[in-house]
Parts: sequence; structure tokens; C-alpha cells
Amino acid sequence: MDGAAAELREAHRLAGHADRVWSLAWNPAPGAGAGPVLASCAGDKTVRIWKRAPDGAWQCTDVLEDTHNRTVRCCAWSPDGKLLATASFDATTAVWEYSGCDFECVATLEGHENEVKSVSWSPSGSLLATCSRDKMAWIWEVQPGNEYECVSVLQGHTQDVKMVQWHPHLDILVSVSYDNSIRVWADDGDDEWHCVQTLTEDNNCGHSSTVWAVSFNHKGDRMVTCSDDRTLKVWDTSADLSQPKTGEGHESWRHLCTLTGYHDRTIFSAHWSSEDIIASGAGDDAICLFAEEKNSMVEGPSYKLILKKEKAHDMDINCVRWCPQDPRLLASASDDGTVKLWELKGSVLD
Amino acid sequence: MVMGLINANPVIHEKKERYLKCSIGYLVVVLNVFLHHIRDIKDPEHPYSLEQLNVVTEDSVELNDESNHVRFLMKLTLEDSHMVCTRVTFTPTVEHCSMATVIGLCIRVKLIRSLPPRYKVDIRVAPGSHSTEAAVNKQLNDKERVAAALENPNLLDMVEECLSPTFD
Repeated sequence: MDGAAAELREAHRLAGHADRVWSLAWNPAPGAGAGPVLASCAGDKTVRIWKRAPDGAWQCTDVLEDTHNRTVRCCAWSPDGKLLATASFDATTAVWEYSGCDFECVATLEGHENEVKSVSWSPSGSLLATCSRDKMAWIWEVQPGNEYECVSVLQGHTQDVKMVQWHPHLDILVSVSYDNSIRVWADDGDDEWHCVQTLTEDNNCGHSSTVWAVSFNHKGDRMVTCSDDRTLKVWDTSADLSQPKTGEGHESWRHLCTLTGYHDRTIFSAHWSSEDIIASGAGDDAICLFAEEKNSMVEGPSYKLILKKEKAHDMDINCVRWCPQDPRLLASASDDGTVKLWELKGSVLD
Repeated sequence: MVMGLINANPVIHEKKERYLKCSIGYLVVVLNVFLHHIRDIKDPEHPYSLEQLNVVTEDSVELNDESNHVRFLMKLTLEDSHMVCTRVTFTPTVEHCSMATVIGLCIRVKLIRSLPPRYKVDIRVAPGSHSTEAAVNKQLNDKERVAAALENPNLLDMVEECLSPTFD
């Protein structure tokens, strides 16, 4: 790598949605020889699938509609890339089977009392988690014949749960909420799920307002959260997370550092790339990239800003996602109804 | 006690309904004046004839107006960068406190429909004017909660009714 300064270059603009785009998901396993596949979901009640054509241009190859009758808030691919779960304000989560060319809705998960905000597949693909304004997170077991059984209702948050995210390797679930806290859930080895840790402002240098998103690093020993308090917080664990836990009191996660002053408005999304670069997207229409400061004089690990891309979109950025097949390709989704693809160029890692 | 936006009781007593319509009706009048002056703001030739219009700096305007029902303070900041922020502070009268979230929602909808899409809008209840003002403000400024509330047909009908012109 030469010493050229890091730059986020806009490569493509994907237009088509008729309302704000809330969330994005890259297919983790699009198939041998297939290029990257991106799903986007929007306030127009649809999900769009985007693929790169042979000439390099991106096109919308599918529109998943007539299933949800309100905003589709979040979408997530199963680890084998064959299923797409979509979570909606209509209080349901739909599961679509992807054959490589077609999509078919094969299941509808009901149970939440109101809007579903997020959906996430466990690393093995055998569990699905959803969360809602009803303050709960639900864990569903995937069964043969497109059946989904609720195995646990996670109670603990005192407000709207904004996002759920599974650990990259273990069956550990993290949820973040309008109640400003982050909760870590694990099963005790006997399929009983418990909250094993709660990260708050008072006890753990946690956030002082709604926490919107969480993302794990590749290794799974760190996670980043972002908030309405306009900060990102990096959390670290040295614990052996694979050991079963019961009840609270296992303070595995601790606050590592807080990134303040980089965004002027609510930070809606953060995502950690496989090269350990953190991307954030916010209500100030900007994207920021952060990496660990390797030559730190400060005791302990710290993170520095690599670049801030101002006016990345014309309106709020709701979601940022790194492409699993190309760790320098970043997708962003905005209130302006578009999805943008960015290429990270130049030297970013010392 | 904070009203969950999406659970707002659609059956509003007549008196409260009239209060809402008056407040929002007045907001519409105030807003039209405000918008008119946004367009003229960079033109030094244009006289600002209204007493209420108070030019604070070259690039910000505060429009401070009162009615018997709700007091509005709207501050617009124009910046060289493309981001434009508007903060609206409103003060509901004491006996109409419980309507604060609904009033705030109506203000937000009116502004979304009246201002260019790139405007950022913050809506707050004036400090000291409401017992659960932090909770009300948090709801009003959570765009996901607002978006979901506006997909509720009952709540949307109520907002539309409040924003519609009164012909009596």
C-alpha cells in the first residue's frame, strides 16, 4: 500500500425505493461464481435486491412486495445465504426462500405486540432473534418444513428495543434499546435464556440516550454501539464467552473507549469490517470511518478517525454495511430513498 | 405519564379537539409567515415588517409568537453547508399538557410537509412547561417512533383532522 490518504469514493447510486431506506444486508454466501448480492428495505413496504451486472452497473433484480403492509424496517440473510428474514412495523417477520433467482415467502412469524425493529440470525443459522417496541426480544428456533418456534421471550428492557445482533461465533445475543442500555443474553446450557449483563450509563460508562445499533468485530472480542447521544462506544471482553452463564453478574464486557465529537446528530448505524474498520452513519448525513490506533501513547487500546465523508447523502443515513466479499466496499442507506456503494481507497491501516 | 404515540386514544373530547385545531391553525399562520421570510432571508433589500420577526444574526431568524393556546418559538439556522436545522419549541398551556405529544406530532407533520426535505427539525416542549418533558421530547425526536405512529391509521386521521383548514 502506498501512502495515499484514505478516501471513500462514491461508486454507485441505487435508486428505486419510493420512501426512506431503513436497512441493508449483504448476502454472506451468494453462491459460487456469483457476485455480491445486497438487500435493502424501506418505508415503501418493499425489499429490493441489487446485483452487479456483467458490465459492472448495479441493478435491482427483485422487488419483494405485497407481504408486509407497513414499513419494512430490517432485513437479514441466514448464514448459508438461502433465507432472507424481513422485519416490519406491521408486527410480523417474514422469511423468504432464495433459490439464486427467485424469492418466495415461506413463513410469517407473529407474536410481537407492535412494530418489529430488527432481526438477526445466529451464527449456525438455527436460531433467529427479533425485537420490538413491545420491549421484548424473541428467540425463534428454525425447524424443518419452514416452521419457526418461539423458544424464549427475553424480558428486561424497559423501553422499545431497537436492534438485536448475534455474536459472530457463539449463541450470545446483544440487544440495544430506547432505554439507553445494552443487554447481553445467553443460555445456561439448558436452553434457558437469561440476561447476563446490562451496560448502562451509571454502571459501565454506557450511553446517555437511545442506543440504535451494535456491531461485533470479526474476532468477536469487541463490539461497537452507537447512539442518539452522538457517540460511538467500543466494548471489549477477555472472557471465555463459550462458557455457559446463568443470571446476571458475569461482567464480561467492559467499556474500552468513547468516540465523541465526530457526528453532529444521532448516529443510527455502525458496522465493523473484516479488516477491523468501523463505519458509522448518522443524521448529519455523514459517514465516518475509524480504526484502532496502533501507535498509541495512551494506555490501552484507542480508536482514531480515518476519514469523515460529509454530505454522503442528502438526508439522514440509516444504515452502513461492509460487503463480506469485499472489505473495501461499503453500502449506505438513507432517508433520501437511495442506497450508495462506496469504495475505500488509499492507505488506511498503518 | 407519557402517551405512547401509537396508542393515542382516537376519541378526543370536543373541547380538546377544538384546542388542538386552534393551536395548529395558529401554527399554520405562523409557519406561513416564517416560510415566506425564509425565502427572503438572504435578500437585504426586503424589509422585515413584522414586529415579531427578530433577526438575530445574518444567518438565523427567530420567530417568536404567542397565542392564548400554545406559544411557539421557531429558530432557523441557515448554514453554508447543506445542513439546515430548525428547532421548534412549543409551550402547551397547563390544562392541555396531556396533548403535548399529539401537538408535537402535528407540528412535525406540518413541518415535514412544508419545509424542503433536507431540513433537520427538532421539536421540543419548552423547558419547565411539562412534567415529563424529557420523555415527551425523546418521543417527538425519535424518527422511527414518529414514522411508526404515522402508519397508525387512527393517529394519522387525527393529525390530518388537526391540520385541515377549519371552515366554521
